[in-house]
Amino acid sequence: MSADGEALSVEENGGTYVFGADRPLVLESGANIALEVAYKTYGRLNADRSNAVLVCHALTGDQYAASPHPTTGKPGWWSHLIGPGKPLDPARYFIIATNSVGGCMGSSGPSSINPATGKAWGLTFPVITIADMVRAQAMLVEALGIDSLFAVIGGSMGGMQVLQWAADYPERLFSALCVASAARHTAQNIAFHEVGRQAIMADPDWRGGDYASLGVRPEKGLAVARMAAHITYLSEPALQRKFGRELQRDGRSWGFDADFQVESYLRHQGASFVDRFDANSYLYITRATDYFDLAETHGGVLANAFTKAREVRFCVLSFTSDWLYPTTESRHIVRALNAAGARASFVEIESDKGHDAFLLDEPVMDSAIRGFLASAATARGLA
Amino acid sequence: MSVREDFREILRLVRPSSRVLDVGCGEGDLLELLTREKQVDGRGLEIEAANVSTCLARGLAVVQGDADRDLDHFPTKAFDYAILSQTLQATRNPRHVLGELLRIADKAVVTFPNFGHWRVRLGLLIDGRMPETRALPEPWWSTPNIHLCTLADFNALCADLDLRVEACAALSAGKPARPIDPSRPMENMRAEAVLFFLSRRGEEASEPSPPRGDLFGG
Repeated sequence: MSADGEALSVEENGGTYVFGADRPLVLESGANIALEVAYKTYGRLNADRSNAVLVCHALTGDQYAASPHPTTGKPGWWSHLIGPGKPLDPARYFIIATNSVGGCMGSSGPSSINPATGKAWGLTFPVITIADMVRAQAMLVEALGIDSLFAVIGGSMGGMQVLQWAADYPERLFSALCVASAARHTAQNIAFHEVGRQAIMADPDWRGGDYASLGVRPEKGLAVARMAAHITYLSEPALQRKFGRELQRDGRSWGFDADFQVESYLRHQGASFVDRFDANSYLYITRATDYFDLAETHGGVLANAFTKAREVRFCVLSFTSDWLYPTTESRHIVRALNAAGARASFVEIESDKGHDAFLLDEPVMDSAIRGFLASAATARGLA
Repeated sequence: MSVREDFREILRLVRPSSRVLDVGCGEGDLLELLTREKQVDGRGLEIEAANVSTCLARGLAVVQGDADRDLDHFPTKAFDYAILSQTLQATRNPRHVLGELLRIADKAVVTFPNFGHWRVRLGLLIDGRMPETRALPEPWWSTPNIHLCTLADFNALCADLDLRVEACAALSAGKPARPIDPSRPMENMRAEAVLFFLSRRGEEASEPSPPRGDLFGG
């Protein structure tokens, strides 16, 4: 129980599950690693072990879905959805949030120690995929004594993990909720990520990925990567409404200071990001999403990924102003689900907040998630 | 569009525990009714986001989409019944939609306002204005109905698409449905709205479907 457990009035637990050398994570690339998974849980597993919900985070998210972040102190990234009286109520569900493999908040990743050398992996860490992240989650879920999840829920990259769960472990899944996501990365998605990676690798302090052992950090490069990515999370109208062409001070500087408020905002986003994230993790996780194409791994036909998931109840949500993973991508998923004969719901939610809408207070999203989970819970026989 | 006692007729037609697709399901009233009364495995397709959200909050499985575009993606014979209640006349390509309904499902239930009704004819004949009636309450400039048809028109389209009319009934607000012969010109005058129960020709005849007395309560 953490310090804020009482404030949340839910049972909050977690830790790092260390899998023994006899249970390595076998990767899609063929490599394998000794696996550690950092996670948090909210609520209690019921006697039937039928009320477990896995919450999957986005690109730079973590296991602190409903707890204050240890570095920034900010509330959990989905704390408006998880909590007493909220759609994901710990009084009803046993909620599990993990740090994805490749991340930097305690799960195996490039910044963790390679047991073979006693040094940080750095770029010797093998390249991982969304399927690898999901396999690690499945190992944790199994280790926690759960045969079948009531729901897997996630937004953005977390939504990709949800789809991968449905493809790889349909028999261990009752319902699946995929928000603001896609079944593949488009050329534009890959292009933006490549800008971020190049920014990191262009930073002299990156040192070929070996910065940790040399006691430096490529903060400039990582900040620029975050700035470029952050633009893709917002919509043009949201940026315009928030900043317009407003200046920081009276008049122009006639130089290259942050004259415009939007510049200052982006610089702040970049600078605060480096406090909580690791540059190599950013390379590995962006690469995993770029490699993601669920149709490609199923004979080029997305519906094939879901043929064994006909019994799973799906809900797909998108946002009108999301141009990172636009509604066309969600429709693509929904049509494949229909073609596979799966039970799918889908709605495009009106919002001008861009991709980030899935992390914000969107009442229509909340009520859709609440309704979907409530009916699934009834079908599952959860009180 | 106010004639909704077609729901009661659809409820009679649908077998318990069957697979049902409601195209243009609105806020899910019919799906909820069918789920509760007939324990169907129901899915919906609905164009308006607000309606879909309402459906999700009610726990129904509904996809936001368009009858004109999204039926194509459903597999053949995925459903026992496809229902198109008061929606056909609002689609861009009714002929395609009707064909798709009977590709996706073994049976289709289609209801629509009859533009051959005497009030409609009289309105146009006497006033020279686009008719506004109980079944067609909106003025021409705001109606979603872009492909209105008469009972005779629809019957001809069914023949053209080689569909079997298993049953047909006239619907009128507040009155029980009345079984009719859709080929009779008099019915085309009398019916305010109609319900067609359709299947594909060239396949074995209908399953031992409920006798007509059960179908239309008469």
